[in-house]
Amino acid sequence: MEHLLSAGDLSRTDAVRILDTAAELAATQGREIKKLPTLRGRTVVNLFFEDSTRTRISFETAAKRLSADVINFAAKGSSVSKGESLKDTALTLQAMGADAVVIRHHASGAPHLLASSGWLQAAVVNAGDGTHQHPTQALLDAYTLRRHLVGPQPLGQDLAGLRVAIVGDVLHSRVARSNVDLLHTLGARVTLVAPPTLLPVGVETWPCEVSYHLDEVLAQGLDAVMMLRVQRERMSSAGGGFFPSPLEYSRRYGLDARRLAALPSHAVVLHPGPMNRGLEISATAADSSRSVIVEQVANGVAVRMAVLYLLLAGGRREDVS
Amino acid sequence: MTEYLLRGARPLGGEPVDVRISGGVIVALGTGLSDDGAHVVDAQDHVLLPGLVDLHTHLREPGREDAETVASGTRAAALGGFTAVHAMANTNPVADTAGVVEQVFHLGRRAGWVDVFPVGAVSIGLEGERLAELGAMADSEARVRVFSDDGKCVWDPVLMRRALEYVKAFDGVIAQHAQEPRLTEHAQMHEGVVSAQIGLAGWPAVAEEAIIARDVLLAEHVGSRLHVCHLSTAGSVEIVRWAKGRGIDVTAEVTPHHLLLTDELARGYDARFKVNPPLRTQADVEAVRAGLADGTIDIVATDHAPHPVEDKDCEWAAAAFGMTGRETALSVVQHAMVETGLLDWEGVARVLSTAPARIGRVEDRHGRPIAVGEPATLTLVDPAARRTVDPRTQATASPNTPYFDRELPGRVVATFLRGRPTVLDGAPVEQEGASA
Amino acid sequence: MSDPDTPAGAREVLGADDISRALTRIAHEILEHNKGADGLVVLGIPTRGLPLAQRLAERLAAVEPGFDPATQLGTLDITMHRDDLHRAPVRPIGATHVPDDGIDDRTVVLVDDVLYSGRTIRAALDALSDVGRPRAVRLAVLVDRGHRELPIRADHVGKNLPTASSERVQVMLTETDGRDAVLISGGEA
Repeated sequence: MEHLLSAGDLSRTDAVRILDTAAELAATQGREIKKLPTLRGRTVVNLFFEDSTRTRISFETAAKRLSADVINFAAKGSSVSKGESLKDTALTLQAMGADAVVIRHHASGAPHLLASSGWLQAAVVNAGDGTHQHPTQALLDAYTLRRHLVGPQPLGQDLAGLRVAIVGDVLHSRVARSNVDLLHTLGARVTLVAPPTLLPVGVETWPCEVSYHLDEVLAQGLDAVMMLRVQRERMSSAGGGFFPSPLEYSRRYGLDARRLAALPSHAVVLHPGPMNRGLEISATAADSSRSVIVEQVANGVAVRMAVLYLLLAGGRREDVS
Repeated sequence: MTEYLLRGARPLGGEPVDVRISGGVIVALGTGLSDDGAHVVDAQDHVLLPGLVDLHTHLREPGREDAETVASGTRAAALGGFTAVHAMANTNPVADTAGVVEQVFHLGRRAGWVDVFPVGAVSIGLEGERLAELGAMADSEARVRVFSDDGKCVWDPVLMRRALEYVKAFDGVIAQHAQEPRLTEHAQMHEGVVSAQIGLAGWPAVAEEAIIARDVLLAEHVGSRLHVCHLSTAGSVEIVRWAKGRGIDVTAEVTPHHLLLTDELARGYDARFKVNPPLRTQADVEAVRAGLADGTIDIVATDHAPHPVEDKDCEWAAAAFGMTGRETALSVVQHAMVETGLLDWEGVARVLSTAPARIGRVEDRHGRPIAVGEPATLTLVDPAARRTVDPRTQATASPNTPYFDRELPGRVVATFLRGRPTVLDGAPVEQEGASA
Repeated sequence: MSDPDTPAGAREVLGADDISRALTRIAHEILEHNKGADGLVVLGIPTRGLPLAQRLAERLAAVEPGFDPATQLGTLDITMHRDDLHRAPVRPIGATHVPDDGIDDRTVVLVDDVLYSGRTIRAALDALSDVGRPRAVRLAVLVDRGHRELPIRADHVGKNLPTASSERVQVMLTETDGRDAVLISGGEA
């Protein structure tokens, strides 16, 4: 693994190795001393073109727990503000000797560009690009699902046979795209649930099922339901007019107490955060014992540690004889 | 003026003949012509075409001389085998007055590589609100006959109707950039399987087709002439075919890139493949090829859109739309149409010369038959040559060719503009006294 | 002399009986030094330190019934503390299992198969300090082949093997390799 750009690039073996590594690393995180010396002397740059305090903190924590030096770089980017170009930013990071660049960008494909342009040598980790991919989110979701739904000895295991529904704004969601790719690779059966306006043209070619009716999907018996954030602005004409009103949305696609009760007793509820309580998820569901939303955050650190470990700890190919 | 003898050229791919050029016209056609006093061009196995006419191109001057100038753009055109180009109006200032179109016309004259025919804007500032002074541009020295807001769609149906009606007075044509603006807000690439996967906002085929459908009906209603720019979808081909079947006076163009490239190329997020209208699917490529072969699509025009490096070497969403194509157009047509058996060289002459000359109303000087007494405005191409496209060796001032590192067939050996070579042995011939 | 399972060019320097006797002796030494099994924690270092620690624990329990493997035996993965990670393709991380009561104020006996440069033990000492603060740390190895690069020594050694640095010492254990043996190969003839 040289970069982590898309969950779709991961083979089953790659994905299971990341989850297993995360599990071993998670075990060290219960200790009083959580810091490991593994990436001492390595520099990880968090290059965030889009505000996301929670994702940045998660990566920052992961890198620091592995003793890497962390530089946070909040950038503006070429498109919106006509700030410094991605290329110049990349050349700057190269000159600073970055070993890994964790990039969050509003433009789909920006991490791909960074990795393929030759502007810098660092390993590139996609921390969310536009409406494309957010692979570490999918990995932490898979990790969380495996912990809860796959036997007491999950090491080496995938998610074969699990039924997962992903509900909400699939059209604009990099979380949905990443999860469809990764959960499919790991053997789970995924159903996307959304109003037709919030599904992309072409979704029929994805390795999943698609439904417009949450209640029907819930009735099929799920192991997990993942609620996606829906922005209220999407209902307005300026926001695209994707649904008539927040109320109608939550009535048809929100996870409320009644729908929560329709889940089998072992099923878990996920949400990538930040939540819109009362829109896609009710407080009852978010705070219920089924909800593993807070745990997702903790698992995010372990998964990101695993990714940084696997990308940075070994020798670069040319150094390894 | 030097006389030239093209030895053994194949007019429109036919039997080899010698062609003698003198005083700006073809003076003799035949075998075994004397080379007495003439500069001989070895044209063995080369195809001779009427000089190519690009009905849709961007010269960027005035305003974006960092991307292209009339001089660099027309030099590139000559090297691509063109003898005439229609320069789009989206310059800065916009070519929406007689003054700007005459400026471009004169810059073209001074450069001397090809005849430059400015396209006039339909609306003032391309804003789509009020008609520009179409009559003044038509009556100007530039003699504008093609009007277009290209880059933007004439979206307002009433404005479109008025424009179609108004240009009838001077036999003009409205060249429509068919793009429903609301359906393409923030659009980055063709909406389909690839855009869904790679997370780029989609530009649906229907946004093009809906405007074409509306416009052919408007053209029928007011009895006007309509030209459809850079048609790119299978559905658009169907609509134009239907319209022509009804007798509507519509012509359509396709770009070389829509004959060859697909949206799959966007997967690498290389913005050199970002263009408007976007690259479509393989099925669309096949449909536009078939449409060009059967005459539904009348012409190939380059939509050559130069951009400086920094406008492409960035995030896809931040990058400019457009690709260059003047120096590769003939090769792409040979590759996509001739080598597939869809078009013969006579057909190539039709879609790249005679038909665009007629649509642009310059058929008195361009797209002429290859016959004695006709202007020696000609393109000589070696179809057996192969070359790998390298932006660094192109004449256009911008590097945004989508064919980089790609091998394409054919090479323009010589271009003649009224008897004077602008290209000989594949190299540009600088004109004495020209500013280029 | 020639065992069918011994690779060509390798010579067996310890057999199964030698290994067994060495472990028994080490067990006795540990108990003697510690004055019993009280406060003792045995941690194996992956890979082959794990079965060796397991066997040592069995012997400790046999001699001193007060020794409880369930609470006094564990494993210590040192991958994250190695100083040579960048010299090889990325290594999988092993598990660390420390007894529930921890190692604070205990006497930890680290168990490994071969003591060579000392770098593994340096990493193990660092890993250990992340887990807790033992009263004392002792080191038991099956083979000490010399060539130390760090000021580290073993407290309990099964066999001192003088070797050339060009030679390769290979410990084979039934649990991981199908049989017990210590082999030497390579080096100048």
